[in-house]
Amino acid sequence: MDNYLLQIHNGQVIPRADIPQVPYDVFYTELSAFVKNEGFIVQYFAYQEENANRLLAVVRNSAGLFVIGTETGRTFKSLTGAVSEKFHMFEREIAEQYGLKPDGHPWLKMVRYHKNYSGEEDVFGNNYSAEIPGNYPYFKVDGQAIHEVAVGPVHAGIIEPGHFRFQCAGEEVLHLEIQLGYQHRGIEKMMPTMPQKRFPIICETIAGDTTIGHNLCLCQAMESLSGKNVDKGAKIVRSIALELERICNHIGDLGALSGDVAFNPPAAYFGRLRGEFLNLLQVLSGNRFGRGLVRPGGVAHVMGDEQRQLIRAKLAETTPEIEHVCDLLFTAHTVLARFEHTGTVKHEMAKDLGLVGYAGRACNIGYDARVSFPTEMYGELPPNSNHVTQGDVLSRATVRREEIMHSLKIINMLLDKPETTAAPVQMEDCALKPDSFVVTINEGWRGEVSHCVLTDSSGKVQRYKIKDPSFHNWTGLAMSLRNQEISDFPLCNKSYNLSYCGFDL
Amino acid sequence: MLKVFKNKLEQGCKTSAYPKVPINLYHRFRGLPVIDSNCSSDVVRQCAVICPQEAIDVSARTIDLGRCTFCGQCETVANGAFVKFSQNFELGAANRSDLITGGSLPALADHAKQHFKKLFGRSLQLRQVSAAGCNSCEADTNVLNTPFFDLSRFGIDFVASPRHADGIHVTGPISRNMRQALLDTYEAVPAPKVVIASGCCSISGGPFYGSDEVVGDLNSLLPVDLYIPGCPPHPLTTLHALLQYFK
Ligand code: SF4
Ligand code: SF4
Repeated sequence: MDNYLLQIHNGQVIPRADIPQVPYDVFYTELSAFVKNEGFIVQYFAYQEENANRLLAVVRNSAGLFVIGTETGRTFKSLTGAVSEKFHMFEREIAEQYGLKPDGHPWLKMVRYHKNYSGEEDVFGNNYSAEIPGNYPYFKVDGQAIHEVAVGPVHAGIIEPGHFRFQCAGEEVLHLEIQLGYQHRGIEKMMPTMPQKRFPIICETIAGDTTIGHNLCLCQAMESLSGKNVDKGAKIVRSIALELERICNHIGDLGALSGDVAFNPPAAYFGRLRGEFLNLLQVLSGNRFGRGLVRPGGVAHVMGDEQRQLIRAKLAETTPEIEHVCDLLFTAHTVLARFEHTGTVKHEMAKDLGLVGYAGRACNIGYDARVSFPTEMYGELPPNSNHVTQGDVLSRATVRREEIMHSLKIINMLLDKPETTAAPVQMEDCALKPDSFVVTINEGWRGEVSHCVLTDSSGKVQRYKIKDPSFHNWTGLAMSLRNQEISDFPLCNKSYNLSYCGFDL
Repeated sequence: MLKVFKNKLEQGCKTSAYPKVPINLYHRFRGLPVIDSNCSSDVVRQCAVICPQEAIDVSARTIDLGRCTFCGQCETVANGAFVKFSQNFELGAANRSDLITGGSLPALADHAKQHFKKLFGRSLQLRQVSAAGCNSCEADTNVLNTPFFDLSRFGIDFVASPRHADGIHVTGPISRNMRQALLDTYEAVPAPKVVIASGCCSISGGPFYGSDEVVGDLNSLLPVDLYIPGCPPHPLTTLHALLQYFK
């Protein structure tokens, strides 16, 4: 079966000519066989080459990472309905970005609401000079007792915008449709037109809470395309930063979950503790989100003894506090009563949807890119394991708790490594290998973050493709709400805490 | 219950004494730039060339804090001969032009609209609108509600409904897809109302300037009263700006 798929490696450049190009029907059968057999999609996108429309898929299974490509006309046969839901959002995105229509797609709607890049006729028949997105059909349930609840784009708290449309019978949610796109900033379209000096600044803000995760993907791709090496000292700093980012976000979300079930003490304590870890990123980089730290070739700030000491001391101080507050949260009966059996996504469903990160691990899908496709220092570090995997809010919360403790442990191990990076590096233009292709994958705090770069014959970025784990996982949240009470939405939502801007790009 | 008390004891009181007691940020933090206006034009030019935000004006020798993301790259040119970043986080400004700076900012309190102080000095309710913000600006605004900063002790709160608000606090470069929702929210706030632009995105488009999917400059849509620079602004930058402008 693997005859056509070419095995590739995370962060390794290959010539574009090596990407297997097959007729669409072969592409279709190869991908459907792969995906039906414990295979998952990492990237699937369109680009243009000499006036031809091409599709490119990067897929993974336990044997590794593979790539395959094809050429397509204005329409192609959809894989979503006939083969797997995993293609659902990717095919919609292809339709929106390049005006190519997946024929037979069961729910062909725009993803983000913008003009396509190719100037082809719009698949959705939209007029983009009209101001408001949101003028599109929503999935509807009919019946006398059915009512519809519309929430957003502007929400009650200090959070990003998005629209949620619930179909309810009384309190029970029969269906939730999540329509995003309000955060769309046109990043993928922008990247090839921008000077390289802007790349890290833009990639650090694809999703601000995943500054390190996304920027690592960019920098590894640039390093690979320009043949730059990163020394061990820099890799240590980058790995520590990625783990600090994970801890900040998990702690913040545990606090928010606690607040959502009206148990205020842990909400306040976690809220404050999260700040301690943001401040550690500031110790490393001068910015609470790690802006300006990772740059192609290494890191812009060296971690010296002073920084090591500060981080070590803060970990020693906060670790018992975190343990105690976790204990307070996870042993409170009133909390457990709300967390258990709420927003459950069954293992089979999670696999069908291709959930990643803690959302997947809470459904007993063990995939962790740090283990399967290790970058930076992860090859030398012990993996994590999870013990509560029923797919409910409790499982997602417990996986976060376990990941916090695991991250604290591996940061300490990294701090014990003596290597220090030779010198700070700054962003400078680098010559990229022409006609090349690279894909990079990192386990950001939400899960698999991946970037793909295709360069043209002069070594310029021709296509820049970004995937945030939220691209897979929003559908998981929608499924969590099936047959739940609508009042459980905030709790379910927080247990995922997905990215709006990471999805919207 | 016992566990609640035990944790309370361990956590103690963590609320900062700022602004009564000054606070020092870690020396790597990049705040107000210190600019050497006598520095050689060559160095300034080099800084301008590498600046990803085109925030440096070579002939005027200024940095536009409304564009700058405080990435720190210019500080590495010639060992900081043109610019070094201090740890001074007090960056808020009442006028857009004040942000184009040779190293100092006018005292914010003196430039605040005095009737706002009278109206909102004892109670200020804000509606936050994220208009394509990357979630760092949002997150570092949200932390003002955590025990360390405890914004509500100053009578300042973020509220859910624009009808209950005295103004809006906007983050993000204002995507085309959020433009209308932002304007609707502004309309729903009863007058007199305040408009705060937070983060370089809402001031100039930030990292996304030049994208045709964003508006980029809040002031082109609504009259901005208070600018809070940063990417994102440090929570203390926001706290300082709110206290100086309204108290
Ligand atoms: S710190 Fe500001 S002025 Fe300096 S290079 Fe970065 S964006 Fe430009
Ligand atoms: S100013 Fe910076 S931190 Fe704030 S929304 Fe824009 S990119 Fe994000």
